[in-house]
Amino acid sequence: MKDKKVIWERKPLIKNKLLRIGLILLISTYLISVFLTTEIDWQRILEGIPRGKNFIFAFFPPDFITRSDEILAGIFESLWMTIVATIVGIIISIPVSLGAAKNIAPKFVYFFSRGIIALSRSFQEVILAIFFVKLMGFGPFAGMVTLSFSTIGFFAKLLSEDIEEISKSQAEAIKSTGSNWFQWINYGVQPQVMPRFIGLSLYRLDINFRESAVIGIVGGGGIGSTLNTAFDRYEFEIAAAVLIVIISIVMIVEYTSSHLRKLIK
Amino acid sequence: MLKTINLKKVYPNGEEALKGINLEIPNGQVVALIGPSGAGKSTFIRTINRLVEPTSGKVYFANEKNDITSLNKSKLRKIRRQIGMIFQEFALVERLSVMENVLSGRLGYVGFWNSFFRKFPQKDIEEAFRLLQRIGLEHMLDKRADELSGGQRQRVGIARALIQNPMLLLVDEPTASLDPKNSRQIMRLICELCKERNLAAIINIHDVFLAQNFAERIIGLKAGEIIYDGKASGLSEAILTNIYGEEDWSKTVAN
Repeated sequence: MKDKKVIWERKPLIKNKLLRIGLILLISTYLISVFLTTEIDWQRILEGIPRGKNFIFAFFPPDFITRSDEILAGIFESLWMTIVATIVGIIISIPVSLGAAKNIAPKFVYFFSRGIIALSRSFQEVILAIFFVKLMGFGPFAGMVTLSFSTIGFFAKLLSEDIEEISKSQAEAIKSTGSNWFQWINYGVQPQVMPRFIGLSLYRLDINFRESAVIGIVGGGGIGSTLNTAFDRYEFEIAAAVLIVIISIVMIVEYTSSHLRKLIK
Repeated sequence: MLKTINLKKVYPNGEEALKGINLEIPNGQVVALIGPSGAGKSTFIRTINRLVEPTSGKVYFANEKNDITSLNKSKLRKIRRQIGMIFQEFALVERLSVMENVLSGRLGYVGFWNSFFRKFPQKDIEEAFRLLQRIGLEHMLDKRADELSGGQRQRVGIARALIQNPMLLLVDEPTASLDPKNSRQIMRLICELCKERNLAAIINIHDVFLAQNFAERIIGLKAGEIIYDGKASGLSEAILTNIYGEEDWSKTVAN
């Protein structure tokens, strides 16, 4: 007993020693060369500092009064855009997410729905907004369409993943009673994904408000347009006011949505 | 009442789960299906109401002309209404209330919008209430299913199957996640109810002792084939060894 020593070592993640060392060498060489070739122009940074200072000081004091009408209108436009886009996006997402769940949809529906999701996810909101503004003209309608479209990719993808993870036996039990397809979804599937559904809706509402501020800058209407106009007119005090308004609304929405999501079980 | 002819199931991965099952079950008979894990018990009862599509063979239900395997979707749904199912680990929809779970047994009889708004016919609601009283859970009807204990959940599962007013019960390991006391109570309840309503039942069960105690007829399944079909009292050590493999069965048989 005592003359035999038990040796144990953790097994490495990559078993092949050559491959392991090769990968480590390759990655570290790349990282080192990236750092060595990055040019940092200290001159320009130094020159930028006072300019940045002036820029920031121009924000003070924030002016909420002079253009309060425009700011208010911008907020309401953004909120309208956010809410309508979230609702429209979710309504379209429901059938897409059912179609994109492997355990529910037949193969061709599955690939079609995954295609819609992939299409919606492959474009960033700003790019979509530029496209839809060109298509439908400036204003919140283009923004609303943009947000609805990008909601589908987000919502349907995450909801379909949740649908794929439902308990099979609960759904099977409903099917065995002789229910039709819609009843099966309503009783066997929907209750199982409801917490995720509500959570995702609130989360997307939150994201859509933040995005509505960004797409306004490229012509999608809402508070982003107000901000853009303020910058174009060099009215930095007003831009500051708009920024503060955006930040506070984002914080309120984010806090409420995360709080509500915690409440749902 | 139920007759299967050369029922086969081959899964897409090539696994032969059922190798031609021939079985006939008369009205009101309670049959226990025993056999090791993977013998095809679950597959067998699921091929009867086509939750699993059989590869070949026939399943006659109620009469000699009614072949379930050849029915279209809407006729299949009508047949499923007449076949109640009770599951391993209960398979209640956990976020629905006890009452909703029981009433879901009536889904085959109500339209979509009525079921969507939970507007079931008065007689269904009364029947659900009566069944809940029968299983002693009438005070829990608005509780969510996941608040119930294991034994209570399985009772609700039984009520859901019975409210279908079925002719046949398919029961898949009803006691697999219950303690010995609850297991006995659940088995007794199922058998009592079958007798009261003259219901035939196929009960998949691991526990040989429970099978012998509660079923009049036992079918032993091994690797997709029937290797015993007879009275509970006819189970011998040799037969159990044949079904499950070498083990000391003398104590089990003595009971």
